[in-house]
Amino acid sequence: MTGGEIPAPAPAVSPEAKPFWDGTLEGRLLLQRCVSCEEVVWYPRGLCPRCGSFALEWFEASGRGVVYSYTVIRRGAPGPYKGAEPYVLAYVELDEGPRLLTNVVGCDPSAVQIGSEVRVEFHTAGDTAALVRFRLSA
Amino acid sequence: MTIRGKAFIAGAFEDPRREIPDSSLAQIHADVAIGAVTDAGLSTSDVDAYFCAGDAPGFGPISIAEYLGLSLRYLDSTEIGGSSYVAQVGHAAAAITAGKCEVALITLAGKPRTGGAPPGGSMGDTRAPEVPFENVYGPSTVGLYAMAARRHMHEFGTTSAQLAEIKAAASSHARHNPNAFLRDEVSVEEVLESPMVADPLHRLDCCVITDGGGALVVVSPSVARDLDRACVKVLGHGEAPKHTRNGRIDLTYTAARWSGPAAFAEAGVTPADIHYASIYDSFTITVLETLEDLGFCEKGAGGRFVAEGALRAPDGRLPFNTDGGGLCNNHPANRGGMTKVIEAVRQLRGEANPAVQVPGCSLALAHGTGGSLGTRMGSATLILGAEDA
Repeated sequence: MTGGEIPAPAPAVSPEAKPFWDGTLEGRLLLQRCVSCEEVVWYPRGLCPRCGSFALEWFEASGRGVVYSYTVIRRGAPGPYKGAEPYVLAYVELDEGPRLLTNVVGCDPSAVQIGSEVRVEFHTAGDTAALVRFRLSA
Repeated sequence: MTIRGKAFIAGAFEDPRREIPDSSLAQIHADVAIGAVTDAGLSTSDVDAYFCAGDAPGFGPISIAEYLGLSLRYLDSTEIGGSSYVAQVGHAAAAITAGKCEVALITLAGKPRTGGAPPGGSMGDTRAPEVPFENVYGPSTVGLYAMAARRHMHEFGTTSAQLAEIKAAASSHARHNPNAFLRDEVSVEEVLESPMVADPLHRLDCCVITDGGGALVVVSPSVARDLDRACVKVLGHGEAPKHTRNGRIDLTYTAARWSGPAAFAEAGVTPADIHYASIYDSFTITVLETLEDLGFCEKGAGGRFVAEGALRAPDGRLPFNTDGGGLCNNHPANRGGMTKVIEAVRQLRGEANPAVQVPGCSLALAHGTGGSLGTRMGSATLILGAEDA
């Protein structure tokens, strides 16, 4: 079960989030930090949801995180994922703080645990974006 | 300013059908509207306020108001998922308290079983800012709730068997309901043996998918006084959203943490005072987290609470969902909040099935969780009392 076996649908790209998706095409996980209050923002947007400032700066994240929760979807996958079961849906908590909805790929689903250390990888989804997925580090 | 005692539920109607291939959405809204106003002893010409949610087709509340022939001075189309109707009882009570209307009609209708249904929440709308960062990873409805269950198990030791007891308890009630979609009682073991849909949730951890609908009529005290029908007093209401709070989602609690205390405070009662509770039961984990958040037990203790048989009518500490709930009876349009209020009304009127009627039921709670435990939700809590409470 490698990453190539689940689909990579193209996301809609908003103007505020475009730098994020451009980064994914280059294999870079970019996040925003608020210049005013230093909060790391997720998901990418045009203002800081903590203090309301419009002054955000992009930085490159480490690509490391841990599994906060996960499930193995065995039935009833939505839309383009129909037929791709079983696959892992997970929240990965990045070292920088945000918890991203994502997939854990490249392993037997039974190998995934809460607390598993993971590293980011990017799966091309058309011309404008690559999906942010994770692989077990161990 | 408070709504306590300033509005009454005079009419409540649940469509008895669970598959409705041959009616339009508008007609089902009409069927339940007529059912509820008739139950109240009123007619549509008495209605001066109308409330609907995202299940109503067309132009907010106006399309259905036109279909029904309503003349209105107040409208509301709050859309927070399946809990919208719970919130709207509070909204109607507030409008009545402010003198904006006297007879408020709330309707729900849908056909997810025979007619297909659009995905709930924002999942289908690519303009929504969160969608591009979520939908592309294949989040199924069950999968999102499953992650909440998995995390709750991790933090608190909740077990699959404890979750299964929630379904088993609902099924023990549903067997008395001739309209229930699933009428057979199931055991904890049978729930655990049902196919795994998204680990750790099995098929029987999930609610039913049914066509149908329901409606409520909320009235002013002066209208209630003139009606022969036993009315239910609105005592308290609370509502709150829970989103990911800048991408730091905590899967172990719901917005009942905020909607519940607000409702209890307005009503001036505590969880220990509640005789009957309708708890939104899209999934077993939804019920478990909600019981904790509403204060019926400590956070993390929901598994032990249900395993002791608390939910089972008529003698449990907190009889719940005595119609069989969304888990076994009805979850029309994939929105369970209307039927939660309706069964609470039945209990307070003494009109629940005799096998599951809580003796002397005079104080009840109805709670809705719209959206998903796995991402974002809108929660609403109502505290209701018997007419002379």
